[in-house]
Amino acid sequence: MSGKARKSDNLWNGTHWNENGEVEVLTFDLAGETFALEAVMVQEILDILPETAVPGSQPFVGSVINFRGKVIPLADLRLAFGMEAAEATIDSRIIVIELDLQDEPTLVGLRTDKVNEVTTLAKASSEAPPSVGMRWRPDYINCLVKRGGEFIILPNLQAIFSARRNKALSA
Amino acid sequence: MNSLDPIAVFRTEAAECLEQIEAGLLDLTHQLDDKALIDAVFRGLHTLKGSGSMFGFDALAGFTHHCETAFDRVRKGQAPATAELVAAVLDAQDHMRALVDDPNGNHEATSQRLLAQLHAAVGGAGDAAKPVQAVAVTAPVVTDKRKTWRIRFSLPQNAMINGTNPLGLLDELRDLGECRILANTSAIPPLSALVPTELHLSWDVTVTTEQPRSAIDDVFIFVMDDMQLDVEEIDGHAVAATPDEPAVSAAPQAVVAPAAPAAAEIVPVKREVAAPAAPVADQRQAKAAESVRVPALRLDELMDRVGELVIAQSRLSQLASASADIGLRSVSEEIERLSGELRDTMMVLRMVPVASLFNRFRRLVHDLARETGKVIELVTEGETTEVDKTVIERLADPLVHLVRNSIDHGLEPPEERLAAGKAEAGTIILSARQSGGEVIISIKDDGRGINRGRVRAKAESSGLIQPGQQLSDAELLQLIFAPGFSTAAQITNLSGRGVGMDVVKQTVETLRGTIDIVSLPGQGSDVSLRIPLTLAIIDGLLVRVGAGRYVIPLSAVEECLELSLEEDLRSRGRSFISLRDSLVPFLRLRDVFRTGTKPDVHQKVVVISTGTERVGLVVDQIIGDHQTVIKSMSKLHNDVAHFSGATILGDGSVALILDVVHLVAAGQQQEAHLRAAG
Repeated sequence: MSGKARKSDNLWNGTHWNENGEVEVLTFDLAGETFALEAVMVQEILDILPETAVPGSQPFVGSVINFRGKVIPLADLRLAFGMEAAEATIDSRIIVIELDLQDEPTLVGLRTDKVNEVTTLAKASSEAPPSVGMRWRPDYINCLVKRGGEFIILPNLQAIFSARRNKALSA
Repeated sequence: MNSLDPIAVFRTEAAECLEQIEAGLLDLTHQLDDKALIDAVFRGLHTLKGSGSMFGFDALAGFTHHCETAFDRVRKGQAPATAELVAAVLDAQDHMRALVDDPNGNHEATSQRLLAQLHAAVGGAGDAAKPVQAVAVTAPVVTDKRKTWRIRFSLPQNAMINGTNPLGLLDELRDLGECRILANTSAIPPLSALVPTELHLSWDVTVTTEQPRSAIDDVFIFVMDDMQLDVEEIDGHAVAATPDEPAVSAAPQAVVAPAAPAAAEIVPVKREVAAPAAPVADQRQAKAAESVRVPALRLDELMDRVGELVIAQSRLSQLASASADIGLRSVSEEIERLSGELRDTMMVLRMVPVASLFNRFRRLVHDLARETGKVIELVTEGETTEVDKTVIERLADPLVHLVRNSIDHGLEPPEERLAAGKAEAGTIILSARQSGGEVIISIKDDGRGINRGRVRAKAESSGLIQPGQQLSDAELLQLIFAPGFSTAAQITNLSGRGVGMDVVKQTVETLRGTIDIVSLPGQGSDVSLRIPLTLAIIDGLLVRVGAGRYVIPLSAVEECLELSLEEDLRSRGRSFISLRDSLVPFLRLRDVFRTGTKPDVHQKVVVISTGTERVGLVVDQIIGDHQTVIKSMSKLHNDVAHFSGATILGDGSVALILDVVHLVAAGQQQEAHLRAAG
């Protein structure tokens, strides 16, 4: 692996706690669970847009949208976490993030059920994903953060998107 | 990017300068006694030396100096122009390129070797090949006439900002001979008003030298335009300026430019390309007068904006056509016309003539001819054909490979050609022409043609095909594009490494182009690349399949027809339609895309082709033609082969652009399956 690739892994592999052990995130809901993305990677939050299906693509990134004159892929994290796909509701939003894919910054839209708030999470209340007793692949999750009796899930997007791509390439 | 970086500007200039020197030298190989060409090469070398030393490329300046000296002697009729000299300077020219790219590298050994070669070529004349660091030592001219010159000069106040170093000029004058220099300080303002970066001195120099008057002018060649220079002879002898002095002074205009900040941030948009034999000075001047340079990046940005404007405009016209407001409609039409014109203008800006691409091959062919001992004549046609700059850049390597292949595999050695009753010299014709929305670039040779037997043997031995497998001639020829395929019985320096043809094919396909090969045994081969004129915008046919809308590149569309009900039913078993007595396989895009919808009552067939192969695509509806700004798809969709990109429609939704090459291949495969099944 090249040095550059390792660097980008560091960038998105794991959470970027600041020196006070905190991180600013945007929280959103997916199938009743609360997820969070680091606020720095979020570009924009959009209302639901018309989607164009891409026949033959992975269901996880099955369509594209027009984001300000750019054609960007729209991903559904529900499918990555083995949840049922769902129809859009009045609360549904698309979060546009920038992600390093093969060392190239790429805009990707993420479908969410509801966008909640920008908030600060503390490292002190975070936990590594348990290796047993979880429905989801542990490598897809950076950490879980406890808050008010609930868990907020910080997904490892780099792992999720790389895994999909490798699968696509080997297929 | 720091667009004002003078080193970068120098590199751009130097690259151009080297290109011109090379072109001049190559022309010289055919016409050794052409005075205009010799002058042109000399001027190029002189410019390179001067601007090299101005920007601190001392190794380059020192090295170039020797070549310049050699050419100076030829120019003055003191030495003949010989093929050896031209060859030596051609080699030296490559080295100069290396010195420009990597001024701090260790080039000493190469420099010495090339200088020795140059020395041998000029027949040991003078000290031309003696390594000297100084820049302006002109070769000793055989004359004992020492003359004394009085030179008064003053430079503009801002000369030092532009990179001129008066001390350097004085050093060069000192190198001419005995020299007395007086600085005139009368113009220096009082200390309170003195700006340290401004120049207030002027000089009065008396120099006694054997050199002609032109040597003095050469010292000032790069600053001549802005300065005051007064040269007079003070020992009373009548002096005639050397006759070719004007030729030397033709360069300064072009050379001063890079130092001036205003002109420093630019790369050529469009190059004036004169016929190869035209004097270099003409080209340079035409360029300076008629072109502006902008960074390619800015052009790309502008292109994106225009693309978005076109999309916004088509949304506007859709709204306007649904509205009853006459005022809105007329404005919408006006904007449609304007944005169309803007787009056309924009496209032209990105176009460059293929001559810039073809010129590289003259050198390649020259070198390969020497290496292989074959006699080769390169003919280029249609050099003024214009193609998108990106296309040109990406085509360079594939073309090099194809030309190498033609020379190495195609052309026979002279004895063999004579024995076959052909002219001793093999001909390679490199041609470009525009045809519709495509440009066709072909490499044609009159060599032995592709040896089918060898291709087949090789393909069988490397497992690409089964022994004895039935193949059409076209299929057989396509085998040379298979990865790892090479027919060269003996691996040579030139080709035959077995990488290349597959890469050529890939590159052409990423440019949405196709390759056709025609090869007649004993008569030669013709490889044609069909490339779309531009990568940014295409004309497309908008169709609907199920609920989705797709764009088919119009250049690939042959015709559209209705799929009659009976043909539809009949074709359940075999997917062919008969089209004017020939059977064309077709693909139902509804099945390919798994739309899961019911077919429309009146389905249409769009017949597409890539060169010789045709495939019908069954769609539900043909919406119409559509000018399309191509957007690339992200890496997440790299695995989807059906599409070459996406575009944004008037209503803001996204439509995918079909990859015609891939679909035709899929159709052909299906046909092969059906044939195999009986």
